[in-house]
Amino acid sequence: MALLEVRDLRVVFQRRGTEPFTAVDGVSFDVDPGQTVGLVGESGCGKSVTSLAIMGLLPSRGNKVTGSVRFEGTDLLTLNDKEMRNRRGRDLGMVFQDPLSSLNPVIPIGLQVTEVLERHRGMSRKAAMVEAADLLGRVGIPDPQRRLSEYPHQLSGGMRQRALIAIALACRPRLLIADEPTTALDVTIQAQILALLKELVRDMGTALIMITHDLGVVAGLCDEVNVLYGGRVVEKAARYPLFADPRHPYTHGLLASIPRLDGARGEKLVPIKGSVADNIPWDHGCAFAPRCPNALAVCREVTPELEAGDVRSLRCHNPVLPGTPAAQEVPA
Amino acid sequence: MTSLLKRKQQRVDALAESAGTSLAADAVRRMLRSPVALIGAFLVLLFLVLAIIAPFIAPKDPYQRYPELLEDLRPDFIPGPMPGFLLGGDELGRDFFSRLLVGAQQSLIVGVGATLIGLVLGMLIGGAAGAFGGWVDSWLMRFTDIMLSIPSLLLAISIAALASRGSQTTVIIAVAVTTVPIFARLLRGAMLAQRHSDHVLAATALGVRRRTVVFRHMLPNSLGPVIVQSTLTLATAIIEAASLSFLGLGDPDPSRAEWGLMLGNSQRYIDVKPELAFYPAIAIIIVALGFTLLGESLREALDPKNRR
Repeated sequence: MALLEVRDLRVVFQRRGTEPFTAVDGVSFDVDPGQTVGLVGESGCGKSVTSLAIMGLLPSRGNKVTGSVRFEGTDLLTLNDKEMRNRRGRDLGMVFQDPLSSLNPVIPIGLQVTEVLERHRGMSRKAAMVEAADLLGRVGIPDPQRRLSEYPHQLSGGMRQRALIAIALACRPRLLIADEPTTALDVTIQAQILALLKELVRDMGTALIMITHDLGVVAGLCDEVNVLYGGRVVEKAARYPLFADPRHPYTHGLLASIPRLDGARGEKLVPIKGSVADNIPWDHGCAFAPRCPNALAVCREVTPELEAGDVRSLRCHNPVLPGTPAAQEVPA
Repeated sequence: MTSLLKRKQQRVDALAESAGTSLAADAVRRMLRSPVALIGAFLVLLFLVLAIIAPFIAPKDPYQRYPELLEDLRPDFIPGPMPGFLLGGDELGRDFFSRLLVGAQQSLIVGVGATLIGLVLGMLIGGAAGAFGGWVDSWLMRFTDIMLSIPSLLLAISIAALASRGSQTTVIIAVAVTTVPIFARLLRGAMLAQRHSDHVLAATALGVRRRTVVFRHMLPNSLGPVIVQSTLTLATAIIEAASLSFLGLGDPDPSRAEWGLMLGNSQRYIDVKPELAFYPAIAIIIVALGFTLLGESLREALDPKNRR
């Protein structure tokens, strides 16, 4: 049994007087201790909603979450608000995208670290402060003792994200969800933060769910990758097969749209045409079909199922053949 | 050239300074640099000091009728300045200057009292609405909407008139009630914005207790506009209290030294000695102006958009 088993997770947003919108549509994946699982996709594919659903942080009204999220055998979706509060921060940690807005601007960093220690580990303020300085030091913040009394706006972007990671890992949660943790940072800091996450996850045996649209992050960090499109997993594979041999046209397109160091000079990037449609896309045929260079007639009529193979699971009627070069731009 | 260099150095110094300060210290620094804020602060400070020490520095007893002033008092003549009486007498032969001074204290008591009561009640209502949301929010906000829909002076007059016998306390309560919905709406709005902020979500994701989320993460971040509003409310509270006294809805004791009452009583003597109306009116205006200037510059200083 895996540490976290997400089965057929479905999140439907419904407001009075509007059509229901399925943001996450039957997503399943497992995460083992010490393993890093990536959820990859472009904006609106449902990756952040998936993470909020696992954490139980979706607003209490206006949405319906079905399926199951088993954490050490307990279905988190059946827990009440109080039970979830006791688990959040202790068993489940989360790091958000924007480190400045994720910290409370009016209280010092130290208090924000000790808060979670006092809450979940029952430490006194004094003991928690000592522990907090230790934690900040461990995530690579220089002079942690001084930083404890400083306010978020006095820290640099990279340091803020380090502080947030320290807070999220303060109680040694067994699962950490990182929702685009490097998007708001510049490239050199990104690399440092990723290295830090990798190290901490390895040392503490924490399971990590990495949510990103950045395939570079995936390549550097993830053991297993789930590529999401329109709220469904379209391709699921270990890191190497996915990058070496992407089979779903969407994955293939994502990789083709990244500049390569070994590409020829003047070689054009190949974008994926169009953008994610925000209607309910999977009812009749494949949601990616309108943008897909490989689309067949069947793609627009029959909804493809996720078919498990030896190295990967794939949801496609007409996958890209192994070794196909980047698709050429099709005239519209 | 040198001045340019100097200015550059100053800016670097300022930046270095700001690196080691909190939000509040930053706001104070910006206030000190704004002339409007300094004028406002000066007027408010002057008013506060005078109001507090008024009974001790008043040259004469403000309630005593002095024979020197009564001597020449006729329906068509009220004595002007004379030795010992800086601004002369009022319509009943009392020392006008001492009464003006002591009036500052009355205004301060009413203004601060009404604002404090309004602030506490308004924050309770707005805080509850913002913290609980849902139907609690709906009901409390409909209630404040009703109160807001009545013009504040009309509301204050109605409340003051309800009391069987007017007094200082009824004036304070009447003015306080009119400020409650403003504070309630303001705090509720700020709390609502905080509820959807990233750092509140982050705190929730750490399993922090609801109570802690509200009191440590939502409330302190929502106080800025409320602080500004209470400064501005002090100005309107003083004006409204004066209006109530002017209309005779305050303490019926005619000897009381209170600016609004003095203004009301001097109406009949406006041809005889216009200063009797002029000085209390000017005093009210200056105090209200002081609080308004201070409040407005406070609003600017606390606005995160104005941060360099």
